[in-house]
Amino acid sequence: MGVAVENNEEFAQYAHPERLVSTQWVAEHLDDPGVVLVESDEDVLLYETGHVPGAVKVDWHTDLNRPDTRDYVDGAGFAELMSRKGISRDTTVVVYGDKSNWWAAYALWVFELFGHPDVRLMNGGRDKWIAEGRELSTEKVVPGRADYPVVERDDARARAFQEDVLAHLGEQPLIDVRSLPEYTGERTHMADYPQEGTLRGGHIPTAASVPWARAAAEDARFRSREELEAVYRDGVGLAEDDDIIAYCRIGERSSHTWFVLKYLLGYEKVRNYDGSWTEWGNSVRVPIVLGEERGEVPGAAR
Amino acid sequence: MSGALPAQLEELVEDFTAVPEEDKLQLLLEFSRSLPELPARLGEHPEELEQVVECQSPLFLAVEWDDGAEPGPETPVRLFFSAPAEAPTTRGFASILHEGLDGLPARQVLEIPDDLPERFGLTQLVSPLRMRGMSAMLGRVKRRVRELQDA
Repeated sequence: MGVAVENNEEFAQYAHPERLVSTQWVAEHLDDPGVVLVESDEDVLLYETGHVPGAVKVDWHTDLNRPDTRDYVDGAGFAELMSRKGISRDTTVVVYGDKSNWWAAYALWVFELFGHPDVRLMNGGRDKWIAEGRELSTEKVVPGRADYPVVERDDARARAFQEDVLAHLGEQPLIDVRSLPEYTGERTHMADYPQEGTLRGGHIPTAASVPWARAAAEDARFRSREELEAVYRDGVGLAEDDDIIAYCRIGERSSHTWFVLKYLLGYEKVRNYDGSWTEWGNSVRVPIVLGEERGEVPGAAR
Repeated sequence: MSGALPAQLEELVEDFTAVPEEDKLQLLLEFSRSLPELPARLGEHPEELEQVVECQSPLFLAVEWDDGAEPGPETPVRLFFSAPAEAPTTRGFASILHEGLDGLPARQVLEIPDDLPERFGLTQLVSPLRMRGMSAMLGRVKRRVRELQDA
């Protein structure tokens, strides 16, 4: 299904090279009717300042999240969104965005919950496209309406909930991808800055601290497989058949790490805990560890 | 909704509420483009840029008494903002506050109701979480005005 996978030596090192495309490949497929480019950014207006020609915008707040429940859109909502964006079930979707594809990886992860068959990331994202002096367009993109089927979300594949994490404690690895001051508990928020407030700082017991950006190179591309293995396999000690859960503050940064573990390093069982610290740090009676040590699971944790 | 707004700010609220839903983001983008450059004397102090760890865009903010005026609650204050081009929403919010508050007497700035951001009709389009960015910005402006008064 979808268009042919990019034949690119740079990607051959990764477990799933079919999940990546280069900026060059995108430039050559701008008019390919089988491909839809999706821009997903932190800043809700960045797309409007100029985007890859023909790309549609998917905003994680306003498009992928439900306005009522803290959850993602349902099957009907996703089908409507896709149809409006001109995406069919057999479309090859290429997602890219700002900040080393951090938000793009988050959007891709949501596509994954709906089992969209072919969704790829543009390696290096928006920043690399711009750094290479490639064309940006402010032309309004009006996609022809597609007919996307209603497929119910399957959270079991790639999503972890708080109860999953509690059951996971002391059994299987957790990766905390936030910055070190967030991990140690030194910082929950700064005065007068917007934050998703949390009542307690710190991290989930046993979680290893691996800030997400360690997987990104200076030019926003992913680091080489060798470098990634040094971080996750050798550094954290992740084993091939581990059942891994990654989290951050609201699940966006950990989507980036989820992509790295799942598709670049080939771990089979990786889930993203999107409730993340904004749920855990506000929950009653869940264990928390302060400081740089991973910490132990208290006996009464469950 | 409570608390009347100064005329120059009320006008902006009316501009935003008057445009149809689908054009509101475009209007915010226009504001982000019209944010005035920092005067050179301020632009030379990049260390004063308040950088926040991840998730938020750096925003430079300075508040001064109107040139040569005697400090006091009825004295106009001047606002200066700067944010990078990659953060158009932050720039847009800053530009709205600049146009709406710059030159108002200190007392009036401090009296701006804290629910101001909700009055632009942007919350659903931009998301409640991001609108908090504007609330925080307003909070910082007021804090700076108070610091200026206490100096």
